[in-house]
Amino acid sequence: MRAALLTAALLAAAPAAGQSCTPDEEAMGFCTAQAPAGDAPPPAPVPADQADRIWGKAAMEPVRAAVYAEHGGGQFSRILIDLAEVRFADGAESWLVEADGWFGGDMNRLVVKADAEGEFGGGLHDLKLTALYSRAIDPYFNLQAGVRHDVRPQPQRTHIVAGISGLAPYWFEVDGYLQLSTKGELRATASAEYDLRLTQRLILQPKLELELSAQDIPELAIGSGLVRGEAGLRLRYEIAREFAPYLGVVHESRFGRTADFARAAGESASGTAFVLGVRAWF
Amino acid sequence: MHMLLNRRTLLRSAGALSAGLPLPAWAHGHSPGLTRDMPMVSGEDIRLRIAHQPISIDGRTGHAIGLNGTVPGPLIRLKEGQNVRLHVENALAEDSSIHWHGLILPFHMDGVPGVSFPGIRPGETFTYEFPIRQAGTYWYHSHSGLQEQMGHYGPLLIDPAGPERAPYDREHVVVLSDYSFVHPHLIFRKLKQMGGYYNRQKLTATDGEAMKSAERLEWGRMRMDPTDLADVTGETYRYLVNGHGPKDNWTALFQPGERVRLRLVNASAMTNFNVRIPGLPLKVVQADGLDVRPVEVDELQIAIAETYDLIVEPKQDRAYTLVAESVDRSGMAVATLAPAPGMRADVPPLRKRPLLTMADMGMGGMDHGAACTPEHEAMGHCTKGEPMRHGMRDFSVAPGVAKTPTVQSISPMPVDRMGEPGLGLADVGHRVLTYRDLVAAEPNPDIRAPSRAMRIHLTGNMERYMWAFDGVKLNEVKHPIPFREGERVRITLVNDTMMSHPIHLHGHFFELQTGQGAHAPRKHTVNVQPGGTATFDFTADAPGDWAFHCHMLYHMHGGMMQVITVRPPEETA
Repeated sequence: MRAALLTAALLAAAPAAGQSCTPDEEAMGFCTAQAPAGDAPPPAPVPADQADRIWGKAAMEPVRAAVYAEHGGGQFSRILIDLAEVRFADGAESWLVEADGWFGGDMNRLVVKADAEGEFGGGLHDLKLTALYSRAIDPYFNLQAGVRHDVRPQPQRTHIVAGISGLAPYWFEVDGYLQLSTKGELRATASAEYDLRLTQRLILQPKLELELSAQDIPELAIGSGLVRGEAGLRLRYEIAREFAPYLGVVHESRFGRTADFARAAGESASGTAFVLGVRAWF
Repeated sequence: MHMLLNRRTLLRSAGALSAGLPLPAWAHGHSPGLTRDMPMVSGEDIRLRIAHQPISIDGRTGHAIGLNGTVPGPLIRLKEGQNVRLHVENALAEDSSIHWHGLILPFHMDGVPGVSFPGIRPGETFTYEFPIRQAGTYWYHSHSGLQEQMGHYGPLLIDPAGPERAPYDREHVVVLSDYSFVHPHLIFRKLKQMGGYYNRQKLTATDGEAMKSAERLEWGRMRMDPTDLADVTGETYRYLVNGHGPKDNWTALFQPGERVRLRLVNASAMTNFNVRIPGLPLKVVQADGLDVRPVEVDELQIAIAETYDLIVEPKQDRAYTLVAESVDRSGMAVATLAPAPGMRADVPPLRKRPLLTMADMGMGGMDHGAACTPEHEAMGHCTKGEPMRHGMRDFSVAPGVAKTPTVQSISPMPVDRMGEPGLGLADVGHRVLTYRDLVAAEPNPDIRAPSRAMRIHLTGNMERYMWAFDGVKLNEVKHPIPFREGERVRITLVNDTMMSHPIHLHGHFFELQTGQGAHAPRKHTVNVQPGGTATFDFTADAPGDWAFHCHMLYHMHGGMMQVITVRPPEETA
């Protein structure tokens, strides 16, 4: 019985003390198992200003403020020319640029966007300028609000814009915005894209964009409901992370009454184009 | 062209031997080993000058910040029991500082601007003065901005007052580091713009990796990258031994049969290294400056800011290669151990980069019974067969963590990973060091049970490149973490991210709770593995304010830093 108890005691002590205990140390009481921690309350919070007593508050305070701000409070920016391409369709060549930039810290940013489209020698069809305040609301998404001004098509429109932009599960980059024009017209846009890495540098990117309208806007040839959609598939090669030429194909469709407006104007409601362009950021 | 090539070759070979290189004597192309009469800085008054300078790596010249004209800075060699005055001149156009990593000293001499002192202004000289109360291998580095990445670091050795516990015939300092020809501010900016910017080993549709599509989808669903092993990689880094690139082939000389002590310091900004010398067992005799019972391994992972002293005994009259492979296997630092200069042994190829697993996401081990945290237990989730109920961002398992965008994930069932050898080293087919192998040579000075325990979560967001303790970046911190002078506290660090974080506590050694009783290994830096925990007890015996941070430079710069304040009882409630 006694031997059994002793064995049990040894077995109990062995895992905690490991192989580290010499008989001497054991005799000195160094070989107890890891003691459980007590439940003393933590001290009340106090400022970290002990260095002030040695170097003076005047010397420490500005440095402390700067050092705290520097660790996590940095301001950054990124300008992305997501699409800069020539579109070839039925002998007609057009061009398109979609660019955006963000400026600010981790939580709060200014986002600006410029989307433009035109025909070579045929003038500017589309120019939309957007400025948004962007606030990080979770690890992946930003809530955004601001204004958008459509310089083209004419007549020009100014909207207030609110929406969300971020990274959805399965690595889809998505965004969606509601726009309310100064004339009271409510419209919406949404887009999703995905980067499929074929190799470390060769990336296939499907992209889908949709436009909706809550009402007919005849002077802009827009019908209520689903207005238009564009599906694109672009293959880019990242010569550098920041610089990637691409080629691809896009298909654009106008729907419903918007399609009727197009046909009435002698345009086709849908079309496919091959695209050649470059993606760049800095 | 032919002329140019010849000239380059000439320059390279001349450079490797020339005394004109910006390297200290002990770090020249080859070293006969450290002896007492070698040039290095020592004594009671030491002068150091921080200045811009060129650096030459594998024949290419870059820009660096060095000390006394060298990268790494000069070896500071001191003696336990002496006093030292270090006069540090800042010849930069910006503030600078030197932190004495691992040294026990008055807090206002610790060298962290804004915490322990105001920093050193351009053109000024600051004198650090403190008694040397310990022995071992340490290092020093800038704690200002991102200067450390540019070369502002060096080794610091303290000889014991008594006899050396692990005798040796010859010693070499091996300072591992990472260098980029790109300015660190630009590196940080790229990471902010794109967290995975430097990862060129991502999964692709054509990678041939043995990962099922269902599993790939699962990673995608969670918006996590199983190849995210290192933020800054061989894509931009050159990995250095004593300031030398792999082609420079820094060589440590030995005589066959000698006991050679290698004093390993990881002075990298962002790189944990896997270190091995094919053909030589490594006897670990010291960790973070303090002696441990000798333990023999074939490989070890040295996290940023750690030091390990190894004894190797090459018996053969031939060269050996010291390989320090970056944890993501995107590059390596290489040096040679040889009986004569100019010799080389085979350099093993880079091994295949590992992939992260569910354990790295804090999903626990294979046996979920062992994975129970106190929070889980309180919630009654620890009964056998209990299915995992938590998602990847369930704040109920981390009550102290702020619900901020900084927290991309929370390890649902984190387990103690101090018995594991580090990312990618579980199945390399030979002995790899773990923290559980370390046993302090001397009994711990304080063996009281802790009076309280706390859990600190290491949190981050790879997409936004945000890093913090408990979801609060230093720029958002309202109060330091308070401690009563003399109290003993158990701290469990919970890694809620998929990256390793080498966490450094200034001014104190802590005892890792690895089951070694009163011989717990005492360290100043502990690498907490992805999705895992590490627990230490420490005695808050150093009054003052002290920095406490992740030693990944860009994690710290991103906010993964706090301050602890140790106050006498009358100043704490």
